[in-house]
Amino acid sequence: MRSRVFILIAIAAAAAVFAATQLVANNYVFFAGYVVLQFVVLATAWNILGGYCGYVNFGSAAFFALGAYSAVALHKFDPGKPIEVCVQFAFLIERLQVNLGCYHLDVSFLAPVFPLPIPALIVAGGIVSGIVGFGMGYLTLRLRGSFFAIATLALAVVLQTLIVNWDYVGGSRGAYVIRPANLEVFGHQIPYIEYLFLLMLMLAALAVFIARTIERSRLGFGFATIRDDELAAEASGVPTLRLKLIATTISGALMGMAGAPFPYYIGYLEPSSAFGLAYAVNSIAMPMIGGTGTWIGPLVGALLLGTIQQVATVTISSAVNLLIVGVLLVAFVIIAPNGLVGFIEQRRRAKVQ
Amino acid sequence: MDFPVELLINAIIAGVLLGGFYIAVTVGVSISFGMLDIVNIAHPAFIILGSYIAYIVNSTFGLDPVLVGLLMLPVFYALGAAVYQVYYLSFEKRGQEALRGLAFFFGILFITEVALILVFGVDYRYAEAAYIGPALRFAFVDLPYRMLIPCVISLAMLVALQVYLSRTFVGRAIKAVSQDQGALALMAADPIRIKRIAFGISIATAALAGAFLVILQPVEPSVGREYIGRVFAIAVLGGLGSLPGTVIAAMLLGIAESITATFYGPSWAPAVAFGFLLLTLAFRPSGLLGR
Repeated sequence: MRSRVFILIAIAAAAAVFAATQLVANNYVFFAGYVVLQFVVLATAWNILGGYCGYVNFGSAAFFALGAYSAVALHKFDPGKPIEVCVQFAFLIERLQVNLGCYHLDVSFLAPVFPLPIPALIVAGGIVSGIVGFGMGYLTLRLRGSFFAIATLALAVVLQTLIVNWDYVGGSRGAYVIRPANLEVFGHQIPYIEYLFLLMLMLAALAVFIARTIERSRLGFGFATIRDDELAAEASGVPTLRLKLIATTISGALMGMAGAPFPYYIGYLEPSSAFGLAYAVNSIAMPMIGGTGTWIGPLVGALLLGTIQQVATVTISSAVNLLIVGVLLVAFVIIAPNGLVGFIEQRRRAKVQ
Repeated sequence: MDFPVELLINAIIAGVLLGGFYIAVTVGVSISFGMLDIVNIAHPAFIILGSYIAYIVNSTFGLDPVLVGLLMLPVFYALGAAVYQVYYLSFEKRGQEALRGLAFFFGILFITEVALILVFGVDYRYAEAAYIGPALRFAFVDLPYRMLIPCVISLAMLVALQVYLSRTFVGRAIKAVSQDQGALALMAADPIRIKRIAFGISIATAALAGAFLVILQPVEPSVGREYIGRVFAIAVLGGLGSLPGTVIAAMLLGIAESITATFYGPSWAPAVAFGFLLLTLAFRPSGLLGR
């Protein structure tokens, strides 16, 4: 499939999905569809590092929450008030504080741009998560592969601690983000949830497009050499550290972008929901079940598992459906290590021979 | 400026006792991650499982939690050996431990937590024993028994393990298996069997650690996640595979967390372990006593 044809097909598919939702009068389709698409972005982002390079990221929830909280922080930001910057050093207790004075920064010139539109928040969330991904990678990717995985696991706990202690974004109490009921576009009123759904649809298309482009580029071949034999890659002159950092940054940024519209979707964001285990486990389980190493695996896994979970949450319970995901993950890595896509491919090859 | 010296001394002593408990929590990972190169991120899940078993037996039969922990040792050893067998056949044998092996342990961690939530809910559970509550007091220093007992038994367990690993044939084989499997096979020791034994021991320590945990604090299923960062921070800081290093690192983290909790508030304590981990990885990835 040529790239231009692929883009056309992707746009046609996205348009068809959107047209299909227009036929349904029920808004629930948008709420459920948004979550499924969000998982498409997360699974695809995870696969860029995990599937292509072979480095496991357990902190998807952290990157996702970073995006969401960047959006909350910018949402709450009021350029009318000057920013107070205080320089102080505190040793152990308040009594030993040294204050070096406070400065007021006038930021009222920013007033015309605020409140920022959601696409700008998505970009901001992507930048923040990308930077954190880069920093984490820089510290841990020079060491043995498992150190990176462990550090991402711990990252989620620590970022949650920071957010819980940060009052500006609501702390442990959480933050309300009131979204308008409708959005005016060229004089038309469209329900806000449709707007969010459309944004997430575009983001999902973008993520899949990026993953597919990487897969077929020099970059993707470099990633594959790291996954298959890092030592041999290094020896043949592949700049492994640089490539790994690129993968971590892209992957983290996409996860942050998926998180940025979330506060507007959910309306009330609290640390335990933003850092929910569901994000971490799903963004690993979906590519693993769909098949790692290709762009189509995470897409299939996310659409399949995401839809099953939406149905199971309504009909059974949300705890049970997480248990199902966990069991499926373990079952697939043991029995079908190449996922559904790998399994089907194997069957097809067996038939041909 | 009056610096609260008494508060600081109490915080340090509480930290040492906490560090003793962290030894029990970490020693299993020091063996599995440090000596066998198995990244068992599900270790805290086994600890929580131990806590819940201790809680159930304690609340229904009134048995002492530490005694339950000791009785669970063989059960957890068998569980660990079984888990290793699955891990070996599915991942190590096929050379897929890096990506899929990690996902496997993550799945176990996740399944345990969700299953415990489904069965017990998210209520906090705690054990009852005579020594939970009273404390030894010297002048202004408090030594609560609930922290003293886990600390002493953990240290005893560590000494026993250290003697076992350095004096017996199997113990030495465990230390050797990560260095050269082929050479070990030539010494008439089956590397897979040795690894199975070592992983069994590593999970068995989780039974005791779980019993200590339910004595120390009320337990709910997601508590385990807080220990992932701590456990690996200690194992890496101590120097992978070094049990004396584990003791030093556990004490250091315990003291640092205790001081943080005393002077800045307990909600900051989880961040300390991560700071330790990142600093270690950045400046001395081989740890304090690492080779």
